[in-house]
Amino acid sequence: MLKLDNVTKVYRVGAFGGKTLTAVGDVSFDVRPGEVVSLIGESGSGKSTIGKMILGLTPVTGGSITLDGAPVRPGKEYYRHVQGVFQDPFSSYNPVFKADRVFQMIRQAYYPEVRETDWAERVHATIRDVRLDPDQVLGRYPHQLSGGQLQRLLIARALLLDLKLLVADEITSMLDASTRIDVLNLLAELKERGLGVLYVTHDLSLGTYLAERTVVLRHGKVVEMGLTDKVFGNPLHPYTRQLLAAVPRLHAPWEDAEPVTDCLYHRGGASGGLSEAEEGHFVACARLDGCPE
Amino acid sequence: MSLRVNDLKVYYKTLKGEVKALDGVSFEVGDGEILGLAGESGCGKTTLAKSLIRMDGRMRHTGGTVELDGEELPIGDDRRMNAFRFHRVSLVPQYSMSALNPTRKIGKMVTELLRSRGVTPDAGKLRGRLDAVGLPHEVLDRYPIELSGGMKQRMVMVVSTLLDPSLLIADEITSALDVSTQKAVAGALAGFRDDGLVKSMIFVTHDLSLTYQIADTIMIMYAGRLAEKAPAKEIIEAPRHPYTRLLINSLPEVGVRYAERKLAGIAGSPPSLLNPPKGCRFRDRCPLAFGQCEQEPPVVEVAPNHSVACWKA
Ligand SMILES: Nc1ncnc2c1ncn2[C@@H]1O[C@H](COP(=O)(O)OP(=O)(O)OP(=O)(O)O)[C@@H](O)[C@H]1O
Ligand SMILES: Nc1ncnc2c1ncn2[C@@H]1O[C@H](COP(=O)(O)OP(=O)(O)OP(=O)(O)O)[C@@H](O)[C@H]1O
Ligand code: SF4
Ligand SMILES: [Mg+2]
Ligand SMILES: [Mg+2]
Repeated sequence: MLKLDNVTKVYRVGAFGGKTLTAVGDVSFDVRPGEVVSLIGESGSGKSTIGKMILGLTPVTGGSITLDGAPVRPGKEYYRHVQGVFQDPFSSYNPVFKADRVFQMIRQAYYPEVRETDWAERVHATIRDVRLDPDQVLGRYPHQLSGGQLQRLLIARALLLDLKLLVADEITSMLDASTRIDVLNLLAELKERGLGVLYVTHDLSLGTYLAERTVVLRHGKVVEMGLTDKVFGNPLHPYTRQLLAAVPRLHAPWEDAEPVTDCLYHRGGASGGLSEAEEGHFVACARLDGCPE
Repeated sequence: MSLRVNDLKVYYKTLKGEVKALDGVSFEVGDGEILGLAGESGCGKTTLAKSLIRMDGRMRHTGGTVELDGEELPIGDDRRMNAFRFHRVSLVPQYSMSALNPTRKIGKMVTELLRSRGVTPDAGKLRGRLDAVGLPHEVLDRYPIELSGGMKQRMVMVVSTLLDPSLLIADEITSALDVSTQKAVAGALAGFRDDGLVKSMIFVTHDLSLTYQIADTIMIMYAGRLAEKAPAKEIIEAPRHPYTRLLINSLPEVGVRYAERKLAGIAGSPPSLLNPPKGCRFRDRCPLAFGQCEQEPPVVEVAPNHSVACWKA
């Protein structure tokens, strides 16, 4: 369904665009219908940039992104099937519209044939799916809602469309544990009905809960990817191991993990290509090819 | 005692009536203490954070007092609060990534901000703080749009702590960060406290495993009220309030799969704060509820520094 082939993104930065910054370098993976792929990586590693390119919000510099074989074509038809919910819900929301108005706009744009009362019913059901009370939230402006309430309304808005793919960029990060589980279970149900999800998260436990496959990104490149069980059950790249060690756990103080600074791969000394370590498990670690360190 | 909050009530005016987002909350934060604040989405955490800094136009200080280092904070008086903001109490807001001025380079913006508060910028100090949160110095030459979400978040954190406030309130500032950066930022925050740059801190997060790592005390709120407050280890290992227990049980661990074991949240949803029910607000979701719960449970100290608002605790 969604396919990224050798995708690269170079930004121009600085006052006159004098410098360049490679935010995403040569990334390839795919998301199939009914599959959740989680995208994990440190701050600034290019996760949101990948999401924005998939949504056509910023062009790719190299490589290609296709949905069912066709290149990304931002526009009404594309957005009927592909939606994104981003990290910061306040910036994705027009502050002068109340919530019910936002849902009305979806109907006008995409479902003009649906009757007003049927639409209201659909909206209410979707809002309840994300664990909100329609009567409490619909009449409010964005600033009258809490962060987590707003984020869930954005999820509901995306789910009202005829979605094939949802790009979810840290969408549950601002939710408490209980609400978060409810939203994840909802995504899992939708996935069983064929929705593909690119699930950007920093929370490895949430990544494993839903995702069949996991892609670990560092400095814009894939360092390890494959079946979630294998990537986290048998992490091969030192960076993946470091991430796992940094997960805060209840009842146990943080472990000290060696930071990955002095790794041949990260100094750019190794070729950096992915090789298959075991079936369905790829890693770009020179150690596998006999790294001297 | 750094901060003393006494029976604080802050309501929002809406067309349908008042939203009682903070409805009689009392607690204290000691010198050098990090208080972790957690609770369900919509329970009033951000409202509490904003109340101590800047109320927006629709917020109304309906009752109670706030004292910082022995001095009463005039929280209902926007103008008088100016003397305290940033200098004595500072907030890193939730979703602060959108708070940066998009038209200014970061470095210039910081300088202007400090000048507007009558402070001479100190470049060395600024760089030291960037190091502490793991940001490269060259971010100062960039525009906000050129930073990732987590980088912006950390930038706002640096700005908010530059004047070494006595009390720092951090509202979900680590939620959008990856685990390694999260660990670094949490460590930097604790370091600010250890080095005496800030005296005390309220660390708002839904992430109990993270709070557990850095907070001395954890406070759990439910529907505008305090549910339980205790030393971090105690509340995680021996929670007394049914809500706290359920919350801790709904945390997933790395390795749990939907296909194998479906986790469940807490059934039901929190009550509307427009007309909150009488008695215990957790009543209709509480597995232990009984007749007496129709009366409001008082906050009782069940062990040293361990307070709970539940008839069964
Ligand atoms: N519009 C832009 N112009 C220039 N550089 C940008 C732009 N957007 C992002 N960048 C840079 O690209 C890199 C990747 O950013 P991106 O937002 O994709 O990271 P991320 O993985 O989503 O991080 P986070 O977890 O902090 O949100 C960062 O170094 C960032 O500074
Ligand atoms: N301006 C406003 N007008 C009316 N109600 C509001 C306003 N701002 C917030 N509320 C309501 O007050 C309650 C508390 O909101 P608050 O933002 O403090 O929650 P929170 O605990 O920070 O939640 P989250 O974890 O989702 O950020 C919520 O029910 C919210 O809908
Ligand atoms: S007071 Fe009653 S309803 Fe409230 S938490 Fe305790 S047992 Fe449950
Ligand atoms: Mg991002
Ligand atoms: Mg909040």
